[in-house]
Amino acid sequence: MALSDKELNEIAYLARININEDSFPSLKGELEKILDLFEKLNLAETSKVEAMSHPLNLSQPTRPDEVTEEDQREKLQETAPSVKSGLFLVPKVIEGEN
Amino acid sequence: MTIYNKSWEAVIGLEIHVQLATNSKLFSGASTHFGALPNTQACNIDLALPGVLPVLNAEVLKMAVKLGKALNANINTPTSFARKNYFYPDSPKGYQISQMDKPIVEDGFLDIELEDGSSKKIGITRAHLEEDAGKSLHEDFEGQSGIDLNRAGTPLIEIVSEPDISSPAEAVAYLKSIHSIIRYLEISDGNMAEGSMRCDANVSVRKIGSKELGTRTETKNVNSFRFVEKAIQFEIERQIDEIETGNTITQETRLYDSQLNTTRPMRTKEFANDYRYFPEPDLLPVVLEDKFIEEVLKEMPEMPDEKKCRFVNEYDLSEYDSSLLAADKDLADFFEIVSKTSKAAKLSANWVMGELSAELNKENLTIQDSKIKAKQLGQLIIRIEDTTISGKIAKEVFEKMWSTGDEVDAIIEKEGLQQVTDLSEIESMVNKVIDGNPDQLKQYLAGKDRLFGFFVGQVMKESQGKANPAQVNQILKERLKE
Repeated sequence: MALSDKELNEIAYLARININEDSFPSLKGELEKILDLFEKLNLAETSKVEAMSHPLNLSQPTRPDEVTEEDQREKLQETAPSVKSGLFLVPKVIEGEN
Repeated sequence: MTIYNKSWEAVIGLEIHVQLATNSKLFSGASTHFGALPNTQACNIDLALPGVLPVLNAEVLKMAVKLGKALNANINTPTSFARKNYFYPDSPKGYQISQMDKPIVEDGFLDIELEDGSSKKIGITRAHLEEDAGKSLHEDFEGQSGIDLNRAGTPLIEIVSEPDISSPAEAVAYLKSIHSIIRYLEISDGNMAEGSMRCDANVSVRKIGSKELGTRTETKNVNSFRFVEKAIQFEIERQIDEIETGNTITQETRLYDSQLNTTRPMRTKEFANDYRYFPEPDLLPVVLEDKFIEEVLKEMPEMPDEKKCRFVNEYDLSEYDSSLLAADKDLADFFEIVSKTSKAAKLSANWVMGELSAELNKENLTIQDSKIKAKQLGQLIIRIEDTTISGKIAKEVFEKMWSTGDEVDAIIEKEGLQQVTDLSEIESMVNKVIDGNPDQLKQYLAGKDRLFGFFVGQVMKESQGKANPAQVNQILKERLKE
């Protein structure tokens, strides 16, 4: 299955990976191989197979609704690049504003 | 109230996010308590540090099963989780754990009551569990955003309705009904101002009779019952205007601005909404055993509809009064204590929905904060019923109870407000009034019947409102006949 430049750019954007145009042909080649594999998988007869969301035939264990984690803000923020008044600072991102 | 052109109809579906009232988060043991200092309730799982794994909170499953039952829906077992992928700083994992193919609650309905007394069935597509994101603060950080992850991982259940709603008023009735249910089940505080219940509205319009749906928009950020009504109303009118002027509707997400009462489009990237859902590999599907579901359903409280029917039967209240009382569990509980104390249901209902509610509204208090407790109000009604005080004096006593917190009998005693039921005392007051108003007496005897009310009023005034009105009427009638 052929991949367009536009699709490649979209995939890169969704993954937040910067790619330069030099690498387009090789990336396309690799991704197209993966897509081909999925096309092959799609040919398999699965109408009688129940959908599986996990390979283990077990039920998810649960925990009681209890607070077990103490405040470790100081320790957890030691590795953060930028912190102020207990908040993690990140480049400004505002969704929804024009 | 819908004033737009009669040839159009609106098709509305609501997505309601309800924050579940657990102690700890959906997948971690960090506290969900509201109002803590930033990031003091965000543990390594909420922060998505390498190597951590989510562990599901059992209480959340119980809450979802109860909700499913209340929404007349199917409970899916096994139910499974999925990853919804997107990048935003308030979601450290780069994805939200949600549900896609097997939501825990599916295919239900809710009967809502409309203002004209009729009812309408609203389909519930699904209700699924998911984790909340953190909060971004955009002010005062020198061009940067501050991130507080206390809310990240807080359990939410998102209730998605079918597009069965056809007016802003119906949307509000549906939302109120959901609000009432989650409060009854005690699975959420439903506080819209604090964000425990949030609503997005999907709205489209079409010509009446058309089978095809119009292009819809999704309006976010509607955080009160009133705003839901106004935002949808605005959006319906906007879409009709657009189409009638020859434009088309763009499928988009819009934000409601409550100050301007408008909706405006959110900036969205062309392909930003590709969430690439896939089954969550860190969590197994959850099998809900029959026994587990049975145990949970045993804890189901009486729901608003059942309560309403019981009020009609047990207390002989009207449908209207019963549904007003039953809509709010705390109000209904309060009424029942008043009624059981006083043994006078109708009068209790009147006082709870009348004087008491008015006073609560005036001071912006909830029923739990009422300055008069249910038993005290019951005592007041007992004193009306046993004719110690008249209904009019009772209002005076009520005011004093409200401001001082004193007991009914103490106030009646202290202020000398006992109703005068002593016949001879009333007779002497009647005589005094008749003797003191010879002109009116002459006119009355000459046939001016409506002066009877004047005499009653004078006697009540003479008694400072304390005479029993029925006795005053009777004695006056007898005396004026003579």
